[in-house]
Amino acid sequence: MTKPMGNTLTAIALAAVAFGTVATADESADLVINGDQEMTIRTAAPAHLSDVMDEINSGWLYRKDETQLLQMDDFDNPGMIFVDLAQDAWNAVDGSEDKSCASCHDNVEETMKGVRAVYPKWNETAGEVRTLAHQINDCRENQMGAEKWKYTGGKMTAMEALISVQSRGMPVDVAIDGPAQSTWEQGKEMYYSRTGQLELSCANCHEENYGNMIRADHLSQGQINGFPVYRLKNSKLNNAHARFKGCVRDTRAETYKPGSADFVALELYVASRGNGLSVEAPSVRN
Amino acid sequence: MKLTSLTLAASLIGSAALAGEVAPKDVQFDDYGAVEVSLSGASGDAANGALIAGTKSKGNCVACHAITALADVPFHGEVGPTLDGAGARWNAAELRGLLANAKMTFDGTVMPAFYKVDGFTRPGDAYTGKAAEGELMPILTAQEIEDVVAFVATLNEE
Ligand code: HEC
Ligand code: HEC
Ligand code: HEC
Repeated sequence: MTKPMGNTLTAIALAAVAFGTVATADESADLVINGDQEMTIRTAAPAHLSDVMDEINSGWLYRKDETQLLQMDDFDNPGMIFVDLAQDAWNAVDGSEDKSCASCHDNVEETMKGVRAVYPKWNETAGEVRTLAHQINDCRENQMGAEKWKYTGGKMTAMEALISVQSRGMPVDVAIDGPAQSTWEQGKEMYYSRTGQLELSCANCHEENYGNMIRADHLSQGQINGFPVYRLKNSKLNNAHARFKGCVRDTRAETYKPGSADFVALELYVASRGNGLSVEAPSVRN
Repeated sequence: MKLTSLTLAASLIGSAALAGEVAPKDVQFDDYGAVEVSLSGASGDAANGALIAGTKSKGNCVACHAITALADVPFHGEVGPTLDGAGARWNAAELRGLLANAKMTFDGTVMPAFYKVDGFTRPGDAYTGKAAEGELMPILTAQEIEDVVAFVATLNEE
């Protein structure tokens, strides 16, 4: 037993080679952005989850080293290009009212700070839980007299990224009680429902099996604190509903529609599972 | 008129069980989830079973299970236990039951049922995300199940 450490490592490496698993994710890494902004990527699970897990953690932890690195510097993060594009859109007049977002909300860095962290959120006037995307479209339609953007389209995800990045580093803190509670309950019900011909629920993969490989994918907790997410796979920003759609489809099920009341409820519930993690958007995933 | 006859023809093909074949809805599980008789009425081909187990659009068993005998297929998952030695742990009837509907053996298991056509929530049209139309097909055919049973039965070494 002269070099026990070396032996263990070799054995692990061998096992990995034998099965072709990608064991390169560094689950013990810390996420510091631009060398100075530290993110909370693992923290105690919120009270409503305490009977199923102790710790929640960011999907960033489960990605390969190269992918992790891309999110550590805004010059490398491909999602930041879309943030710049949305800054132009923020200032651009559009619609019958001759207004831009800036006409009413001035400087995005000041007025939108903290907004993303609390969405989806109950809107008292409308009497419904709204996602950030729904709120953006509500302003376009009813404040600007402009066309709604496609829910999962590039203009929408870019604007979500611009607004979200103003909350980067702040803890996710969505409200699940009061008027939002019934929507939250509906989302929870969906999270544990086994859909499709494969009869799999979100929980089967993201609660019971995070940390495990499923074929070539390293399963995370399926958190949405990093959304919208730049995916290397499709080279664009993706919002939470686009991701949900893909995951439901992969159970050989009929998906729900992005923007639908079902996905709003699911988003509220999934967001609440990440209460306490830092807003990371725009994050980078494969 | 044309449409009707087309749909009819399709559903006939869909449900027409080959002679000697047990339809998904007629599979008899014993109290422990095992299925005694061959689903196709024939024996299985282990070599084809190995192919099915490693193919994404078929059994895709390696998505969740590591299988040393399929080491040349890249990326084995960790959701279920390794299948090395499964041929020694289970007999053919038990394996057939596990493949047809593993929930009859392991209550509430994550493992999908490969020979089941009803009782699903929001069943889709394969991986399109659209609603399934018409009768669902099991993920594997009766003969494919038998082939995989024959393959797993060869996995005797831990
Ligand atoms: C004519 C003024 C006006 C314009 C133009 C406008 N908004 Fe708004 N916006 C509002 C008002 C008023 C509210 C509060 C609405 C409510 O609570 O129902 C609001 C709320 C919001 C919120 C939610 C803030 C929070 O704290 O919950 C977001 C996000 C937002 N707007 C984004 C935008 C974006 C993006 C644009 C441009 C595409 C835009 N708005 C254009 C008036 C405007
Ligand atoms: C068959 C397993 C499976 C099921 C069931 C599943 N997912 Fe996923 N999901 C994955 C895989 C694989 C990935 C990519 C790797 C990862 O982050 O886990 C993923 C990624 C995600 C992500 C992105 C996480 C990030 O950090 O970017 C979210 C969010 C997500 N899933 C939510 C859900 C929701 C909500 C459901 C239920 C409607 C669901 N998933 C069902 C396998 C699954
Ligand atoms: C979505 C993941 C998943 C897929 C795909 C899957 N299984 Fe499983 N399987 C499991 C899990 C999880 C268990 C453990 C049973 C339990 O306790 O729930 C299991 C158990 C088993 C067992 C018994 C375990 C033992 O070795 O003692 C066998 C045999 C088996 N699976 C064979 C297969 C075969 C063959 C396929 C492909 C046709 C397959 N599985 C596909 C998840 C899966």
